[in-house]
Amino acid sequence: MRETSHFVHKYLRSSKRFPHIWCAGCGIGIFMQALIRVIDRLGYSKDAVVMVSGIGCSSRLPVYVDFNTLHATHGRALTFATGVKLANPDLKVITIMGDGDAVSIGGNHLIHAARRNVEIASFIVNNHVYGMTGGQSSPTTAYGTKTTSAPYGNLEAAFDISGLVEAAGAAFVGRTTVYHTPLMERLVEKSLTKKGFSMVEVLAQCVTYSGRWLGLNSPVEMMAWQRDNSVTVEKAQDLTPDELAGKIVIGVLADRERPSYEDEYAKLTAEKLKV
Amino acid sequence: MTRVDIYRGWCKRCGICIAFCPKHVLDADQGLFPTVTDPEQCSGCKLCEMRCPDFAIVVTKDEKGKARGKAKSGSATG
Repeated sequence: MRETSHFVHKYLRSSKRFPHIWCAGCGIGIFMQALIRVIDRLGYSKDAVVMVSGIGCSSRLPVYVDFNTLHATHGRALTFATGVKLANPDLKVITIMGDGDAVSIGGNHLIHAARRNVEIASFIVNNHVYGMTGGQSSPTTAYGTKTTSAPYGNLEAAFDISGLVEAAGAAFVGRTTVYHTPLMERLVEKSLTKKGFSMVEVLAQCVTYSGRWLGLNSPVEMMAWQRDNSVTVEKAQDLTPDELAGKIVIGVLADRERPSYEDEYAKLTAEKLKV
Repeated sequence: MTRVDIYRGWCKRCGICIAFCPKHVLDADQGLFPTVTDPEQCSGCKLCEMRCPDFAIVVTKDEKGKARGKAKSGSATG
């Protein structure tokens, strides 16, 4: 047999069982590979990276990787990550959250982390549903979509995660789908190298719960749907609101320079310690 | 020629690699596992590797690929 090793292997914990727990064709694995690929390309040492997650399918990701990892309580990945970053600003702090984790139970932490502009690279894997608990509606489930908890269709309007985080003041905001793998890698790289709070919304397919209610019965159909319903930020500028209805706008949504919280904190402490 | 290795032990047969290969290099076998049916067509774009949710595909680009076409046959790797 030929000897070939996937480069991802050197970042996986050998004590964990593989293949991983995610369903066949789940988008989280595609995002995980992109994240590891970029970390590998940027040359970060394993000891310099801290991955923090909350609870949910995507929050299972740090369990598999051989970095410093913290599996925190539901919705609180960003609070733990803020503590880690302020205790040791030299660390590269990354949070992995799902849509339910980040904008439902952890919604407050999300907007305030963005407002404070703590240097955390946060990734929200948005599959529009609570996958781990059985496919209930989440804050990002589209209006009218049927779910386990809304068998006649969801009555609530969906949250626009990227719009929310951008309005809250994040330094960098991007949105991609897992189908657009090269774009996803570019956004992950920009997010990891950005000074200040960054957030990338990764739209991923939940084949088991989201797909079957939408009538998309395979990961291939769901990824083809992502491909056919996405428009880049550049193209979206030329489209009317009617043409944009139901479309996913992907690309860099916000990229701005703002003083980060830990820099302000370091300035203050340096000034006060001089006296 | 570019080499595409598939780890059957980790593959969950989701079909993403087969469906989105721009050159239609892969096809499903009887057990629905992906198998390389047209290796000559592979451009080495690595989209199947990047889109595999289970890290079960490795594409190895043969650096000598282009040169070998002109060179004599019977190389050590062939």
